[in-house]
Amino acid sequence: MFKNFKHEKIETNAGLLLVLTMFAVSIGGLVEIAPLFFIKDTMENVEGVRPYTPLESRGRDIYIREGCYTCHSQMIRPFRDEQLRYGHYSLAAESKYDHPFQWGSKRTGPDLARVGGKYSNEWHVQHLIKPTSVVPESVMPNYKWLQETQLDVSDVGDRLRALRVTGVPYSANADEYQRNVKQFGEATAKTLHIPDALNNLVNQAQAGNFDGDRSSVSEMDAVVAYLQVLGTMVDFNKIKPEDLVKFR
Amino acid sequence: MAENNHSQTQSTGAQTTGHVWDGDLQELNNPLPAWWTYAFYASMVFAVVYWVVYPSWPVGKGFLTGMSTVSYANAEGKQESWHWNTRAKLLKETQDAVIAQKPYYDKVASYTYEQIANSPELSSFVISAGKAVFSENCAACHQAGGQGKVGFFPNLTDDDWLHGGSFEKINETLHKGRRGYMPAFAEALDQTQIDNLAHYVLSLSDNKVDPAKALKGKELFHSQTAACFYCHGDDAKGRQVIGSANLTDKVWLWADVPGSNDSAAKLTAIKQVISAGLNKGVMPAWEGRLNTEQIKLLTVYVHELGGGK
Repeated sequence: MFKNFKHEKIETNAGLLLVLTMFAVSIGGLVEIAPLFFIKDTMENVEGVRPYTPLESRGRDIYIREGCYTCHSQMIRPFRDEQLRYGHYSLAAESKYDHPFQWGSKRTGPDLARVGGKYSNEWHVQHLIKPTSVVPESVMPNYKWLQETQLDVSDVGDRLRALRVTGVPYSANADEYQRNVKQFGEATAKTLHIPDALNNLVNQAQAGNFDGDRSSVSEMDAVVAYLQVLGTMVDFNKIKPEDLVKFR
Repeated sequence: MAENNHSQTQSTGAQTTGHVWDGDLQELNNPLPAWWTYAFYASMVFAVVYWVVYPSWPVGKGFLTGMSTVSYANAEGKQESWHWNTRAKLLKETQDAVIAQKPYYDKVASYTYEQIANSPELSSFVISAGKAVFSENCAACHQAGGQGKVGFFPNLTDDDWLHGGSFEKINETLHKGRRGYMPAFAEALDQTQIDNLAHYVLSLSDNKVDPAKALKGKELFHSQTAACFYCHGDDAKGRQVIGSANLTDKVWLWADVPGSNDSAAKLTAIKQVISAGLNKGVMPAWEGRLNTEQIKLLTVYVHELGGGK
């Protein structure tokens, strides 16, 4: 059938050229991306990973707003030097509720995938206000307005509702709440209930006192709450290392 | 177009592809260098070898795992193999490193703190490995040399310890973490009383203050009204069991007395702490994040920074 084929036919027919070009370009994606939706073993079945609380989620929004991801990755690769410095390598399961994920692509600053619990809240507050005051060689800018700016909490429910559309299991009704109780336990399920989002946010900020000022909920409260939960959800003491090997 | 005879342009003599448009438009034929073409073919051969050895194509619900394998010890200590991947490779490398460091860490585990500190063999290990762990985990707060930061994080190189500077106490601090607390006195005391107390506190470390005010402050310090002595002790030297500060030495953590130029600024710094109290000074707990031997190593490293007791 190719006996009479002339490449000129494609070159002189814009419509045909367009269709065939798109077909050729899509092959790479079809071969590399599509199978990932069918290979079951890419997501580790580990316990403990939960969606962010309303306060943490707002902190994450600010993290994205300030462009933290341009200098900080959240992806510890399975190399020995990274394990020694940052801790256990990141799992796919640990960012399954991240939309979009914050893996980043550039490390001007250190990786933050397991920064949670590593430093005290006041260190984070001081460091965000003026990084060079605690790390003299740092090139990170000052983010002092986080402490001075009240957190906008008016739309927190809508933000969680938007994440729910992408598949994050925040509960909007009693049935979904019961499903979350089964999956995450009652204490966590309460923090994921959208109708209580505002209360939960304020309560967590008050109880955690992340920015050292209980009188109000600042953006600093949200960012520090977010940073302090990063990489802390999975208890690696309960997982055999060889089990994770088999997910690759 | 296109009579497929490879001809040459008349003007330059360069070879053309033979395509001719509009009677005289031609396309020059400049073939790739032979070395480049062979390198290109070689890379194709390399790719095929790579597909065979390492994980490559997705197939159905799985993927080609490749022939290469990595062997490592599982949780039961038995050797097992899995197809080559970076996680398996990391597990193997980590286990090899543990074996290489085992002689040292075994000694760290079995020796007493004093033996580790005094062993010439282990001291270089403490200095290198301990420093690496300190730099990554501790230096962010306590600074690279352990000098701390007035107003935020304690100095580890002096001999003033809030929670004790013995090997055992340092180890406990590292394992469990610490939390600083002092109640706020702004509502319990009036401005004059706080001022008097600040005078007394400064007088304890040989600062020049108004003696009359300091005397009133001393009474208040030991009274039930302010009851400072409950935590700081009758002698104001602090109690390490609860982590209260020694007020009689010249070492300051919270109030920036050394950084204040005149006595008025020093008084303000002290009054600020008395009025607002402290609910900071959180040292994170490191058990879980670091293993027992690493913490023991750090204990000796911190103790040997200069202030160990």
